[in-house]
Amino acid sequence: MISVKDVDLIFETNDGPVHALKDVSLEVEEGDFVSFIGPSGCGKTTLLRAIAALEIPTKGHLTINGKSPDDARIDREYGYVFQAAGLYPWRTVEGNIKLPLEIMGYSQTEKKERIQKVIELVELKGFEKKFPWQLSGGMQQRASIARALAFDANILLMDEPFGALDEIVRDRLNSELLDLWMQTKKTICFVTHSIPEAVFLSTKIVVMSPRPGRITDVIKSTLPNKRELNIRDSQEFIKIAQRVREGLKSGHQDEVL
Amino acid sequence: MKFFNLIYSLFFRSNFFPIVFILTVIGIFWYLIAIPMNTEKVERKFKNLNSTEKIIQSWNLEKPKLPTPHQIVKEIVNTVFFKKISSKRSLVYHGWITLEATLAGFFLGTVLGILLALGIVHNKAMDLSLMPWVIASQTVPILAIAPMIIVVMNSVGVTGLLPKAIISMYLSFFPVVVGMVKGLRSPDQIQIDQMRTWSASSNQLLWKLRFPSSVPYLFASLKVGIAASLVGAIVGELPSGAIAGLGARMLAGTYYGQTIMIWSALFAAAFLAAFLVITINFIQNYTLKKMAILT
Repeated sequence: MISVKDVDLIFETNDGPVHALKDVSLEVEEGDFVSFIGPSGCGKTTLLRAIAALEIPTKGHLTINGKSPDDARIDREYGYVFQAAGLYPWRTVEGNIKLPLEIMGYSQTEKKERIQKVIELVELKGFEKKFPWQLSGGMQQRASIARALAFDANILLMDEPFGALDEIVRDRLNSELLDLWMQTKKTICFVTHSIPEAVFLSTKIVVMSPRPGRITDVIKSTLPNKRELNIRDSQEFIKIAQRVREGLKSGHQDEVL
Repeated sequence: MKFFNLIYSLFFRSNFFPIVFILTVIGIFWYLIAIPMNTEKVERKFKNLNSTEKIIQSWNLEKPKLPTPHQIVKEIVNTVFFKKISSKRSLVYHGWITLEATLAGFFLGTVLGILLALGIVHNKAMDLSLMPWVIASQTVPILAIAPMIIVVMNSVGVTGLLPKAIISMYLSFFPVVVGMVKGLRSPDQIQIDQMRTWSASSNQLLWKLRFPSSVPYLFASLKVGIAASLVGAIVGELPSGAIAGLGARMLAGTYYGQTIMIWSALFAAAFLAAFLVITINFIQNYTLKKMAILT
């Protein structure tokens, strides 16, 4: 469970302070799939980074499973998937997945087992010995997800993991991610700027708006947990997407255009 | 057809013909320029020569102003293959003396360069303070510093290889520092953040990410560094009145007007530098292939 209370985050830059997050409060329940959506500069990535202890809030409270972000990181409560796969070119797929396990000091046999398990989970079987440049962008991102899953964190933080992929690959990875979420029962926080992606994946959609970065709406999805791609044509899906769109629009109202 | 393909690839795919072509042009130019440079000496030495004989003599003087390629090649062949390696007249002997100092200095310079780069990358104070000094060190002409190093070390009883190696080190650490700082900083912010989310220690960050990322940069620096090392070793032999080494050979050549000796030492140094750079290039290709960075 992630609890965010009245969090403010201000970056000091050369052009003066930037209010990246203002009065952000949010509860993420265990097993939730939460999407953060909003235009660039709305602080969605900053919020995710603050949860992962990569940024420190200026004000407010942030706990992950009751712990501070730093303690949660040390206790391996979450895995983080970045925008770019960030695989090491000198390591094979297997070697890349092994990396966090090496750092965390798992035993040789346990490393093998875990790698085997997550490679099956992300459907990369047969590609263990391939190097990143031998894989397509979608496969690289799958390897990156496998790496974040390898050490069994309960929470998966994902920062626009499919942002750089084409729509066909993205659709496929979206359904795979849903399957994976159903199988593993993990809590997932997912940053995106695609409305269909957010609505399709999430049990809860957090709509954010910029300057200062803040939450304008939290939408609880009424869609069933088990979803197929064609759910996107259903009336209910369209209704939720509409509400997300309105939330995004209202966030822009007070902006000088 | 196969023959034509071979010719075609030699001309347009490999660098064999371009190199041969440039060498030929340089050779022709060299022989041409040797004629006017050496004519004065020829005229002083021989009387009543016709112009053809003059030209031939100008290419074959004993102590010419500008020796011709075939004279240099003859001298090199002679001093490399027909002198005992232990003899002071053997170019192999002198080359080895210089090579020893070069390799020792290169090793010291590489270690120093890597250590400084690690300090600069890991320590804010060193990052802010060290680089100007490193750069300043290279703006001082080595010819000014080399005698001081030799003399100072001599006065404390250190002679021979070490002072020369120190001068080599002085020249070769610089490209390694610059390259390694860039290399150690080459990982993406994403990769560093990722390591943080895994609570990696700074040692793990260094060995698993920063160091492997820096390998291509390291090799580029080593190639510059080893050539600089050789220059350092030769320069180190000049002011010390050294009796052995390629630098000493050049110096002796200047004293006795043995231009052919100077040039052959010069060529030996050039071949040595080429050999060293090619060796590092080979190790680089092997390593990067092994690491799967180079494909």
